[in-house]
Amino acid sequence: MANFVALLIAGLSTGALYALVAVGFTLMWQTSQTINFAQGEFVMLPAFFMLAAMNRGAPYWLALAVGVALSLAILGLAFKRLLVDPMLRHGVLPLAIATMALSSFLKESVKTFYSAEASPFPSPAPSSDLKVLGVAVSWQSLAGLIAALLAVTFLQLGLSRTRIGRQMQAAAQNPTVAQILGLPVERLILYAFLLNAALVALASALVSPIYLAKFSNGETLGQAAFIAAIVGGFNQVRGAVVGGLLLGVVENLGAAYISDAYRDAIPLFVLVVVILFRPNGLVGRAEERTV
Amino acid sequence: MGRGWTWLCLLGGLAAAPQAAGAADTINLIDLAELSGSGATVGTNFKNGADLAVDEINANGGVLGAKIAITHWDTQSNAGVAKALAEKALDAQPYALLGPGYSGSVKVVAPLAADAGVAEIMGGEAADLTRAGNKFLFRTSFGQQSSMPKIARYIADDLKAKTAAIVYVNNDFGKGGNDSIVKEFDKRGVKVLLDDSTEAGQADFSADAIKVKAANPDVVFVYLNEEESARMLKELRKADVTKPLVGETTLIGQKVIELAGDAANGAIGHVGLTTDAPAPALKAYRDRFFAKYHYVPDHNGIKGYLAIYMIKAATEKMGKIDPKGLPDALHGLSISAAKEPGILLDLTIDGNGDLDRESFIGRVVDGKQVITEVLPKLNP
Repeated sequence: MANFVALLIAGLSTGALYALVAVGFTLMWQTSQTINFAQGEFVMLPAFFMLAAMNRGAPYWLALAVGVALSLAILGLAFKRLLVDPMLRHGVLPLAIATMALSSFLKESVKTFYSAEASPFPSPAPSSDLKVLGVAVSWQSLAGLIAALLAVTFLQLGLSRTRIGRQMQAAAQNPTVAQILGLPVERLILYAFLLNAALVALASALVSPIYLAKFSNGETLGQAAFIAAIVGGFNQVRGAVVGGLLLGVVENLGAAYISDAYRDAIPLFVLVVVILFRPNGLVGRAEERTV
Repeated sequence: MGRGWTWLCLLGGLAAAPQAAGAADTINLIDLAELSGSGATVGTNFKNGADLAVDEINANGGVLGAKIAITHWDTQSNAGVAKALAEKALDAQPYALLGPGYSGSVKVVAPLAADAGVAEIMGGEAADLTRAGNKFLFRTSFGQQSSMPKIARYIADDLKAKTAAIVYVNNDFGKGGNDSIVKEFDKRGVKVLLDDSTEAGQADFSADAIKVKAANPDVVFVYLNEEESARMLKELRKADVTKPLVGETTLIGQKVIELAGDAANGAIGHVGLTTDAPAPALKAYRDRFFAKYHYVPDHNGIKGYLAIYMIKAATEKMGKIDPKGLPDALHGLSISAAKEPGILLDLTIDGNGDLDRESFIGRVVDGKQVITEVLPKLNP
């Protein structure tokens, strides 16, 4: 029983990170029909912004601020203005292909200009454990879980309880009518991109102490988050959360109780089952654009 | 006219004669290294060690008057890429091939080098690499058939362990090591409670650490590649596993210590090559490497360095630059560190391409590798 609890908590912690990244997927799809195949690299990159700042003597908190700021500027603003806006005119498919190219570009850039090897990354949480239900649970796992859930909760509250949030929902549901009503649709879409940039920066700071900072980290995370978003429901933020948490738990329990050899296959199996029986995802709705 | 054409053809033939292998003034080496992918630590260190050796040798006049020229090609830690690169490299008729470091890549490259009659000096450690009768393949470190008996003896006799959990990486390196250690444990009455395979490049080891904790063994044998070792050490720490963690060089190497941080403290490993060994030549090498690259080399850095000096020693033994004679010159060669300081430790190469050399048991204490025991050559 203690092992099951430990695996469950570890799975939830991993799943929370997947959820953070998956929420970004759904945000961008809902607001601008953008499928970002570089989302995994978006999580990888802020860690290197922070490492570069720390290598120049910045303390952790300053490096984190630098990482978030650069993430907003490059992965939010520049990504939207320089890639999404020009490519979206040509349709969803060319944009999707462009993001695949961006993924390779970001990976190779980090490999070339920083390092091909993994780098250690500091954790803001202490390395000690605490007892939860009689099981030793690391502060790092708990910190990741709590931080990710808090971020998603604030995001949901912001989208549903604030004026800007409701405007973003309106623009996502029907941009034409929103524009007619005088909403600054383009700016609201930009906010979605900036939110995604902030989420991936947070995910990067949480995942890099565990995975180590490496140029290839985005491959695993991007795939996991994409699967999580589809499993949960690509048109619902809470779907991304459900999908992420479910995927993390299923992965961990599957590796422990079924087989390690099929660790990577288990999420794909879940994906196939969900697509077959609930193609809109576990909590997604058919043909509804809801942020 | 006919005689003129004959001379012309002769001159043309001479001009087209292979330059790559060993023109009088250059020894061309090609290194197939994991410069990216999951093995980037392995290949980058190997490359840096080799480059350092080449610079030193060339600065001292080269080998029999010939300078060494080395190029490094990135296998991307992928056996398929390594094979394609090997075919291209062998077309260039190098004096010798260096690498790869990953045993899986060595397995696909070695037959090609053997067919071409080119000596290959590599970093792989899987036991079966030198058991296939390939007379052109040479190690720069111990094979698992040499290291696993030493580790098992240490675990059974020194640590007095009766049970063990094994965590290994599911590639040629890991599977070979797992097969060897399971056999050795069986011989010494150590029961294996958990035999857990993981994937190369795996990032999340939380489930594996929890399984180890649940098994409650006397000792945990960790046999992963460097980055994965660091992640596993962190997860074992998070899971509050307090039993001895024992492995090989890939568990307590310098890069692993850097990546794992405090989680590496207490880990024990059998190391064939370490700059923390009580050997003046190794310490001097460490200083030279640090001066050039500003970090402490791990065992892969030493392997790359040794590979170049092995070629140098064998070529000087031949007295001529002869790529076809290099494999025979390497077999049975004993190199004394007193006579060839670049070899760092006295070394003998047997007929299979395996090495005999002293080795060490090390432990990580306060972020540093401390040697606690010196193990002699198998055949002193």
